[in-house]
Amino acid sequence: MYELFSYGDAGWGDEILRGLAITVQLAVVTLPVGLFLGFLAAFASMSKWRPLRVLGFGYTTVMRGLPEILTLFVVYNGAGLLLNVILRWWSPEAPPTDFSPFAAGVIALGMVFGAFAGEVLRGAFQSLDIGQIEAGRAIGMTNRQIFLRIQLPQVWRFALPGLGNLWINMLKDTALVSVIALDDLMRMTKVAVGVTKQPFTFYLLACLIYWVMCVLSELVLAKLERRANRGIRRVTS
Amino acid sequence: MNPIEILIDYWPRLLDGALMTIKLTFLGALIAALVSPGFALIRVRVSPLAQAPLRLYVSFMRGTPILAQLFLIFYGSGQFRPALEDWGLWTFFRDPFNCALLAFALNSTAYQTEILRGGIMGVPQGEIEAAKAVGMTWRKTLARVVFPHAYRIAWPALGNEFILLMKASALASVVTVFDLMGRTRQVFSKTFDFSVYLWAALIYLFMTAVFVFVWRQAERYLSRHIEARERPRTTTPTVKGTQA
Amino acid sequence: MRLWNTIAATLALAAAGGATATAVSAETLRLGTEGAYPPFNYIEANGEIAGFDVEIGQELCKRMGAECEVVAQDWDGIIPGLLANKYDFIIASMFITEERKKQVDFTDPYYLAAMTHVLPKGSDITEFTNETLSDKVIGAQSGTTQADYVEATYPDADIRLYPTQDEVNLDMASGRIDVQVGDMLPMLDWTTKTEDGSCCELAGEPITDPAFVGEGVGIAVRQEDDELREKLNAALAEIRADGTYKAINDKYFDIDVYTMK
Repeated sequence: MYELFSYGDAGWGDEILRGLAITVQLAVVTLPVGLFLGFLAAFASMSKWRPLRVLGFGYTTVMRGLPEILTLFVVYNGAGLLLNVILRWWSPEAPPTDFSPFAAGVIALGMVFGAFAGEVLRGAFQSLDIGQIEAGRAIGMTNRQIFLRIQLPQVWRFALPGLGNLWINMLKDTALVSVIALDDLMRMTKVAVGVTKQPFTFYLLACLIYWVMCVLSELVLAKLERRANRGIRRVTS
Repeated sequence: MNPIEILIDYWPRLLDGALMTIKLTFLGALIAALVSPGFALIRVRVSPLAQAPLRLYVSFMRGTPILAQLFLIFYGSGQFRPALEDWGLWTFFRDPFNCALLAFALNSTAYQTEILRGGIMGVPQGEIEAAKAVGMTWRKTLARVVFPHAYRIAWPALGNEFILLMKASALASVVTVFDLMGRTRQVFSKTFDFSVYLWAALIYLFMTAVFVFVWRQAERYLSRHIEARERPRTTTPTVKGTQA
Repeated sequence: MRLWNTIAATLALAAAGGATATAVSAETLRLGTEGAYPPFNYIEANGEIAGFDVEIGQELCKRMGAECEVVAQDWDGIIPGLLANKYDFIIASMFITEERKKQVDFTDPYYLAAMTHVLPKGSDITEFTNETLSDKVIGAQSGTTQADYVEATYPDADIRLYPTQDEVNLDMASGRIDVQVGDMLPMLDWTTKTEDGSCCELAGEPITDPAFVGEGVGIAVRQEDDELREKLNAALAEIRADGTYKAINDKYFDIDVYTMK
């Protein structure tokens, strides 16, 4: 049993760890992309200009109604083709370009994260006290100062629980990239199963690794939430 | 081939897949809906130590990818075939549909349990005390006071969970159950025509939209007696957004 | 402002890492294969992709004076991946069929193939017709000629299509499948040389219907890459003539798969 998980040429320990590294990388790179898209979506859906509002609303609605795996396939198979069509139209001699599975994973998972995050952030912005913004204006703050010093710190506090949930969902969704042949934790597990014919052992191991990551994330998030809420007196219930 | 031709040539397959998606989602959600009230009560009423196994189960289901759960149940059960045969369970596990359904039901049970637990905790203590005061038994209190109110509170979140389950069912084809996503990939690997993915996307959005509409109507029906005073606020933004 | 800079920098980084322009140069050729089809292509415990297909491909690269980079890709996406320029040619035991020829061009066959039925040992199935198999579970890998064959020949059976051949085998060994249709050589390898494959045995006549098996197994290239196809054909003829092909062949098989004799 032990040899199966050993580190080195005979065991699968090192392959699975390598897969884990890719999973973590994917999640960590996707987070800022998703947050960025989330902010864009939130601003768009709160915009005074109607077309932008429709765009923001359409993006969050469509992305949240589609299975993540479908989004991933569309990005992986479709975006590559589209990119080449545009590139050839732009300059016919351009060398063919391609999305790596990693980039497709980042874009697809980022788009899903962004759609959900857009709703969380919009909710957070809308729960801000309008009087504080007026107060900021009254003491002569610029719009940027109001955004950075009044709005953002509080949006962070309001949005943190929702964003934390999204992070955990995204961490689990990274397993989907295994079907587009990115060598993440899930795919390396499948490879190990294919060779060793021990499906229960290895899939259970993969589940346990994901579980540990999620539980650790929850602990860190609880800490962050406590930190974000310092200085806020809670009404004892 | 243009997108319309793809639809004309392959709609029976896509329809077949969509029906499978609906079947998996409905049965999975239904089984979970039957089990979760009991689990939710345990989560609220029983001492922390006694509910530890349940909490572990919920945490595991929510902390691992559903793709991994599917593989674990389907291929993992193959590793224990002799034992399962001894217990007479192999006929169940032999069928991939059963395995997929089991995975989705187990997963959804964990989520529905937590949602319902939140609903039960949201029922004001005063209502339960009032029920006691008029002499209701504990069973009656649960059936007439606690659960009706808890379901009304949990309704939007339960709707969300249903949509999440429908999206998760798109993974069933990895264990040879050909749902809408599986059929779509099959058509794509035959035609290499990208538009089939866009048709699949439209079908998923349509199914979600119909479900959200029905769920909303049900929510209005459930809260018709308080409509005049106060309409229940849709607390979760996710449901709000999934209407098309 | 710092926040925005960080986000912008991260995005730029992701874009740069993602969209790598890859010109088809003489130095490096990217070989696309599946990696779940032993003994033709599979992943070893050290993480490397190996097998007959890969070795032949690398030898061809060497003859063309190029470095070979092996790229793994799931089967269902293997032709779209070639068209999207994720690699330059596919050497993954792909039958040359009319349907695939609409999308890609093939080299001359680099081995001949047939398909076969596989049964669990002691199975009561003796005849392979739609009637006799109508209440049976038949397994095959999806998107393959085997899957086409099964769907066309046994429309009334309960057909199960799996993403990889490994998974068909895994499920046949655990007893979920009554019959599977697979490629002759991998099935021979699986049933005679592996522990889990000892559950099962080949049965019936080899399936050689050209409508499904085509002209043999070829290397696929993009339709505009005529030059690469010609070079691959020349290199193939070369390794066939000087015995290199036979040396690789003998590492994996007891018969010469080029002629199936």
